[in-house]
Amino acid sequence: MVRSNFEKDLEKLNQDILKMGSMVEEAIHKAVTSLVEQDFELADQVMKQDDKLDRYELKVDKKCIKLIALQQPVARDLRQIGMIAKIATDLERMGDLAYNIARITKELSGEEFIKPLIDIPRMAEIVQEMVREALESFVNLDAEQARKVGRRDDEVDELDDQIIRELLTYMMEDPTAIKQGNKLMFVSRYLERIGDHITNICEKVVYIVTAERVTF
Amino acid sequence: MSKKKIEIKNLDFYYNDFQALKNISLDIVANQVTALIGPSGCGKSTFLRTLNRMNDLIEGTKVDGDILLDGENIYAKGVDVVDLRKQVGMVFQEPNPFPKSIYENVAYGPKAHGITDKDRLDQIVEQSLRDAALWDEVKDRLDRSALGISGGQQQRLCIARALAVKPDILLMDEPTSALDPIATAKIEELMDNLREDYTIVIVTHSMQQAARISDYTAFFLMGEMIEYGPTERIFEKPEHKKTEDYITGRFG
Repeated sequence: MVRSNFEKDLEKLNQDILKMGSMVEEAIHKAVTSLVEQDFELADQVMKQDDKLDRYELKVDKKCIKLIALQQPVARDLRQIGMIAKIATDLERMGDLAYNIARITKELSGEEFIKPLIDIPRMAEIVQEMVREALESFVNLDAEQARKVGRRDDEVDELDDQIIRELLTYMMEDPTAIKQGNKLMFVSRYLERIGDHITNICEKVVYIVTAERVTF
Repeated sequence: MSKKKIEIKNLDFYYNDFQALKNISLDIVANQVTALIGPSGCGKSTFLRTLNRMNDLIEGTKVDGDILLDGENIYAKGVDVVDLRKQVGMVFQEPNPFPKSIYENVAYGPKAHGITDKDRLDQIVEQSLRDAALWDEVKDRLDRSALGISGGQQQRLCIARALAVKPDILLMDEPTSALDPIATAKIEELMDNLREDYTIVIVTHSMQQAARISDYTAFFLMGEMIEYGPTERIFEKPEHKKTEDYITGRFG
């Protein structure tokens, strides 16, 4: 049947998204590790990898447009292809945010931390787990799991609030901590935004499966 | 707004022992385009032809259930089938103009229904050809043979011929399957305009066409109507697995 090619293309697109997802997960992990361990080499790696993600996004986008043009998909196929293009954009943006974190590692250039970094790595861990689970829900077309992951974003938001409050306290006590504190706040905010993008992905998974538009 | 033009209730249809339609019930909405889709042999054309009793012409057929047109049962005793078909016009897959002039093709119906006044006929012919978006192309050669114009023009001529007797409903059985994309686009645009004055039911094998032109879509499979609803919903979010499989091409 003619459609078997289409199925193959769709499956390849799924694989592309998974590949992007694991690249993003790795980028987040390496970026935050580079920060905590002040490992510039690792930071460089993250910054270099980002180009690859950008190219991937473009590739996925092109494939989606091509499939729409040539196969005129409808129903779930259409929802899936339309959403894959958008999920690729979310993933690419998450890569950019990991890039920003790696850049901060380099900007801090090895200076001593004003406080031990505990919550930021914790936040990063949660976010990485969410990436993994969001993509799992995507491949398995599991709306229930997508909803669960989407709701976890609240944990990330809470941690972000907490980190920013704590850093503010440090900065108020010691103005020389402002420069670094400000950068760490950015890191926290970047992770929080990564969480938002994951939420977007989860919303899209629910739409693919149920055709229902939800917001978490 | 959504006035029922035709109500179909528990319709069964048989070709001798073979049951071609099984318990079909749906309401066809006035001044909307309803598309019937489904694989070959699913019963969609049979269903279309029950709406103006075209199947009566086939021997060994039997109908159960009711089809109400404006509330009146078209299968009731005493219904004049000729009057019914005047009210429910039909256009077929292959353009089938009569081997007569363009003018005579359109004037044929009104004449058969007793109109003899020349001015009146001229007026009907012009209006019908205008409504079928063909007037400008043929106005200078109305006396030429209808067989000499292109397939797309012939099909619009057949639509004009159907419109000439002022039907309420237009049934179309794959009206563009023999036409090129440009002629198809013209017919589709025409249908979009005709919707204002007519209720249209169309059988089409092109899912994209159903999606483009119809307001409601009914999906038939093996004599059953699997799903019926607003076209947008059927193509974005079909409720039945079978519908989804069919429209996404995963059928069989």
